[in-house]
Amino acid sequence: MSDTHAQSVAFVRETEIPPAPPPVTETGAVKWVRENLFSGPFNTIMTLLGLYVVYWLLSGLIPWIVNGTWEGSSIRDCREIIGDTGGGCFAVLGERWNQLLFGFEYPSELYWRPTLAFVLLFIAVPQVLFINLPRKLLILTALYPFLAYWLIWGGSLLIPTFALLGLAVGYLAFQRGEHVNFAAGLAAFVVGAAATWWLGGFVTAAFPNLLALEPVESRNMGGFMLNLILGIVCVSLSLPIGILLALGRQSRMPLIKYVCVIFIEFVRGVPLITLLFVANVVLAYFLPPGTNFDLILRVIIMITLFASAYIAEVIRGGLAALPKGQYEAADSLGLDYAQAMQLVILPQALKISIPGIVNVAVGLFKDTTLVSIISMFDLVGMIRGPILSSTDWVGVYWELWAAACVLFFVVCYGISQYSQWLERQLQTDHH
Amino acid sequence: MTIMTDPPRDDGFRLGKLISDTRYRSITFQVITLVLLVLGIGYLISNLLANLADLGQDLSYDFLAAPSGYDINQQPIPYDSQSTHLRATIVGALNTLIVAFLACVTATVLGVIAGVLRLSKNWIISKLMAVYVEAFRNIPVLIWIIIIFTVVANVFPQPRDFRGEEATASPLFGVIAATNRGVYVPRPYFTNGFGLTDEEALSQGATDADAFELAATQGALLDWLVILAVLAGSFFAARAILNWANRTQEATGKRPATFWPTLAVWIVPITLVCWFMGLSWEVPELRGFNFQGGILMRGSLIALWLALSIYTGAFIAENVRAGILAISKGQTEAAAALGLRPRRIMNLVVLPQALRVIIPPLISQYLNITKNSSLAIAVGYMDLTATLGGITLNQTGRAIESILLLMLFYLTISLLISFFMNIYNNSVRLKER
Repeated sequence: MSDTHAQSVAFVRETEIPPAPPPVTETGAVKWVRENLFSGPFNTIMTLLGLYVVYWLLSGLIPWIVNGTWEGSSIRDCREIIGDTGGGCFAVLGERWNQLLFGFEYPSELYWRPTLAFVLLFIAVPQVLFINLPRKLLILTALYPFLAYWLIWGGSLLIPTFALLGLAVGYLAFQRGEHVNFAAGLAAFVVGAAATWWLGGFVTAAFPNLLALEPVESRNMGGFMLNLILGIVCVSLSLPIGILLALGRQSRMPLIKYVCVIFIEFVRGVPLITLLFVANVVLAYFLPPGTNFDLILRVIIMITLFASAYIAEVIRGGLAALPKGQYEAADSLGLDYAQAMQLVILPQALKISIPGIVNVAVGLFKDTTLVSIISMFDLVGMIRGPILSSTDWVGVYWELWAAACVLFFVVCYGISQYSQWLERQLQTDHH
Repeated sequence: MTIMTDPPRDDGFRLGKLISDTRYRSITFQVITLVLLVLGIGYLISNLLANLADLGQDLSYDFLAAPSGYDINQQPIPYDSQSTHLRATIVGALNTLIVAFLACVTATVLGVIAGVLRLSKNWIISKLMAVYVEAFRNIPVLIWIIIIFTVVANVFPQPRDFRGEEATASPLFGVIAATNRGVYVPRPYFTNGFGLTDEEALSQGATDADAFELAATQGALLDWLVILAVLAGSFFAARAILNWANRTQEATGKRPATFWPTLAVWIVPITLVCWFMGLSWEVPELRGFNFQGGILMRGSLIALWLALSIYTGAFIAENVRAGILAISKGQTEAAAALGLRPRRIMNLVVLPQALRVIIPPLISQYLNITKNSSLAIAVGYMDLTATLGGITLNQTGRAIESILLLMLFYLTISLLISFFMNIYNNSVRLKER
């Protein structure tokens, strides 16, 4: 080997070759297309099939939208305008938007009230959804339900005011009582709230028309507004009930545990429709003779019970996913049950449960369309009933159902995107 | 070893201890709960009794034995308007089970395909599947059911469009006719089966139409039982082949080829039996104003079936995708390093592990299908909700009894499905220590 040395090599390059660009087929769009669309015979077939499906969808959809008309007051007008271009008759949306959104019995001069309530929702909700907003704004959230009730249903402002006042007094009493222990706080809450409501009853009876808006009956609610009301109210009410049920199911006290288990399994085992039938025809049998409960209230009760059973199962999953050490750590700090749950367990369990809770919320919001089956005129009920059976618009299916699909898709997709964002925000295990 | 941190001091019982002493507190709470519960239920029941007394009613299930007086448009078992409400209930329950079963099967197939395709490297396909999943997950199933029902009722041709020389519509493959009344599919029957022809029935002493029909029905039932038995036999034979292959592999290290024997075990017996019993198809034919013969799958059934399958398929697709993603890539790579081919990696390594993640949510999807089938009432499919919870309830006014039976039925089905699926779930579960 000793006679092998540098000089015997004919040529040694002393500079580096400047990096050459990769071949055209291995860069940019071409490479991407080759790898992702045409990497093999099977893949190519799939791509072509996919392209055909896309073409088929768009070739139906684009002319329908582009050639569609927003003019005209009935399907016959529409047919004249469209001719045979394959366009849609969107005029029905222009003419009936108010019925789709508010139902057909809500007084049209009062549309501003639910609209205002809906706009105020965007002031009340962000501080719940986005954790980095100032906590003080939560006061707005607490005020919102009462304000929204007053705006949508009308009547005297005193009723929601005293409802709120009762809760506030109860909360103050709870804070006093909690110094002794949680149970005492709870008792103080009940006593304080009940006393205020009782007193409030006299005051509202004395001034029935103080700051009163024109009242609107529950049965006049309809359209997408009804879906939103049912969805928002039932989800917000079912969260606390669901948490209690989940804790009850984990309890070491057999009686409480089995009551919760039976309730949850029963509600989850039957379809929502049967519960709505209960709200519609059976619930009245179980109320004192002569009481006439509002149908919306009955439906809200049943849907809330339904949703809380599902939320309870989701939260149970979150509770079970917590390491046992967390419970033991809370015990070793000397926290009692209520403190341990509030300060240690629930914050973590709820964080784990967020995706599940949002799934339940989205599912529930979609399920609010089922009330159309017990002849309430929500969005689906409006379309199927008054609009499609009117002589002006008989046969305009696609436009109406597409509008319904868009409304639901926007809300549900929005919620699920938010939950994914929140999951990323709450992710504490960085990797 | 347990250390008592709070040794009980025996200083007698005080009333305050009911709350402050952990030994008594849970009992106190439970007693309070029990009292509240009993009071609450007692209040509701006393209201119920008072209300029923006001109406002059009582709780009784006698109405189930009374003639129903209404027709049902799909009858898996013989039924007419003179039959009892109980029979109407059973017909409704069978209809529920039929649509739920059909939808479970197709939803699983659809969901698995969509879930796998959404992970495909093909950009167009994965995006298309994403659109499918998001569109169906975010729009209520009731809307989908109604939309598909509208398609069947308005887009499909009328039966008369199939008629004549210049027919605008033609049956699919010549045998399946999709009309706006529903889809007519061929009906299988056996020319040489156990069912008696009219002459044979006559020779055995049958005299009236009912007896002829009875002979034919019983024979047909027997034919299908035979088919079912043969299929079950094939199933066990295929399992035996698999076990034998496993044993041979354990003993010798060589795995015998099982594909052809298994295929033969599945196909040969059933073909032989079908040939022997003379399997024939009654193809729907256009006669008069409508198609005659074959099985009519009504628009409502089709709408419900398709909508439930496509809707739930989107959810199953997400479960499948999550299950496959939950298997770390290292598993696939390790299997590949051992020299396994892609298909065997999927079958032996990825799928068995992914199934553990997929099956529990799959169970709840099956339950959801069964429960969502109650939406049939929106399109007029006569399932249990429409018969017992709809017409029977309205005719007899027996709201409490009907709703109670309805709930019990769904509850039983739910518990049964989750019971059997949990058994399966346990068999594929990760076995630790």
